[in-house]
Amino acid sequence: MAFLSWLVFILQISPPTNVIAYDRPNDAGKAIIIRWQLSPQDTELTRYEILRISADTVQPVGSVPAGIDEFVDVTCNDGIQYRYQVVAVKDTERAASGITPPVMSSAQWFNTGRINVLIGVILFSSIVLYFIRSARRGKPLFIRRIAGLDALEEAVGRATEMGRPILFIPGIASVANIGTIAGLNILGEVAKKAAKYETPLLVPNRDPVVYTVAREVVREAYTSVGRPDLFDPDNVYFVTQEQFGYAAAVCGTMVRERPATNLFFGMFWAESLILAETGATTGAIQIAGTDSVHQLPFFIPACDYTIIGEELYAASAYLSREPVLLGSLKGQDYGKLLIVSALVIASVLSLVGLTNIWKFFSVQ
Amino acid sequence: MNVSLNPLVWFAALLTLSIFSFLYRDNPFYRFAEHLFVGTSMGYWIALTWHNAVKPNLWIPLVKEHNLLYIIPLILGLFYFLRFVPRLNWFVRLPIAFSLGWASGVAIPAVLQASIIKQLQGTMLTPAMFNRWDTGLWSIVILIGVICTILFFFFSAERRGIMKPIAQIGITFLMIGFGASFGYTVMARISLLIGRMQFLLRDWLGIVQ
Repeated sequence: MAFLSWLVFILQISPPTNVIAYDRPNDAGKAIIIRWQLSPQDTELTRYEILRISADTVQPVGSVPAGIDEFVDVTCNDGIQYRYQVVAVKDTERAASGITPPVMSSAQWFNTGRINVLIGVILFSSIVLYFIRSARRGKPLFIRRIAGLDALEEAVGRATEMGRPILFIPGIASVANIGTIAGLNILGEVAKKAAKYETPLLVPNRDPVVYTVAREVVREAYTSVGRPDLFDPDNVYFVTQEQFGYAAAVCGTMVRERPATNLFFGMFWAESLILAETGATTGAIQIAGTDSVHQLPFFIPACDYTIIGEELYAASAYLSREPVLLGSLKGQDYGKLLIVSALVIASVLSLVGLTNIWKFFSVQ
Repeated sequence: MNVSLNPLVWFAALLTLSIFSFLYRDNPFYRFAEHLFVGTSMGYWIALTWHNAVKPNLWIPLVKEHNLLYIIPLILGLFYFLRFVPRLNWFVRLPIAFSLGWASGVAIPAVLQASIIKQLQGTMLTPAMFNRWDTGLWSIVILIGVICTILFFFFSAERRGIMKPIAQIGITFLMIGFGASFGYTVMARISLLIGRMQFLLRDWLGIVQ
């Protein structure tokens, strides 16, 4: 009899131990993390089941395979106390752990895992604000030549001489995309030149919000150079949200309207080569600018000038020479110096043994 | 040869050929396919926008769940239509300003996190990289490439003196990257063309299996 009791004892599975439950830090609430120490018979187990106890109800909230010692319950309601129990399961056998103390989920206002991002934002913003302030005070700010942007004047002039329109594509991304915002800034400057030279400007759009913004930008530009009468709202138009439907329509516009100048500024995807190749076959002068690393290789061979990545962001300041934008560009330049310095200093410190410097760049 | 008898396959094949005809020049077949594509895609997107955006994000919370907070985005959205009222069309700037402000606010920390801080972490040299000579060498090459490429986009100094070779190294790294990306993407585009050819030769004409 004693032998049988001993045999049953050694064959029984043991429950997980040291079960703890706590609110998931740095989140928007509604989540509790449950951790435990694996059962000594972990390799023989099928799974661990997690039970949630609130008021008088016991509810299974999930399970994880053997060998895993953590579960995140994302079905909680903030402000309600829950307790948890983890059950080791082997076929039909079950061994339940002790019950955790009550725990509540809550949202945090501040993500402490991203303090380095905050430091970065403050540093960059301070540099940019300083240079904007300097520019406003009249301090001269030097910006070197950017070949592709210098060619914009020539491209607009060519369209004027040939009596043909300019086609401007502000990319196909939404207004939330930085490349689109940069493209819209350039559109404003191009529209001013087009208005000055009385050259029609066609702007087909893929995104409805970008279309609305583009229309306002062009209207503003025509008004700012004193030619609101030349603004034709029908020249800034919405096509379709379908990527290749848009590409097909723009290609059709290129061969029918025969624009003398095609400008592609913004975010592009697979349609980039279709557009640039069609434009090249019509003999138009083409200038492209995008921050899409995957589409730049297509624009470079198919266009006369290509604005690469960061140059796109610099373009609006470069073209308008407005002190505020120049100050912002200058600030970004010094931000780049800061990045290079941080890279060199962190590498040197890390190589001399201060390996913890690596952790400073971890973002949760 | 086992030509398809399905009229929809015939229609799709003729539309494909119409689009391909653009390779010769603009023609009425291409124009028909283009306009059909734009029209049907727009109709499809309107239905998609209603079912995936307006209905779950506005109609259900506001009308069915009576969450009155959703009146704010509704009003902001309706401002877009005020462009048709000349005296009030300046109202359209409010949702635009809201969208741009929101987009910048969301984008700046995200870009700083993903494109700067994480990249810095991945690029900086650590002793572990020198456990093998080849990984150590590549880490140094990448570090030099990143520094020179960043400085290629430095606009506050002329490309003279030390900045000239730095910019040349930077553009060399950029072009190597673009070349690799070009080759990779062209392969993907060729596979798209193969897919279309398979449709024409197999599904439509039944020439290949």
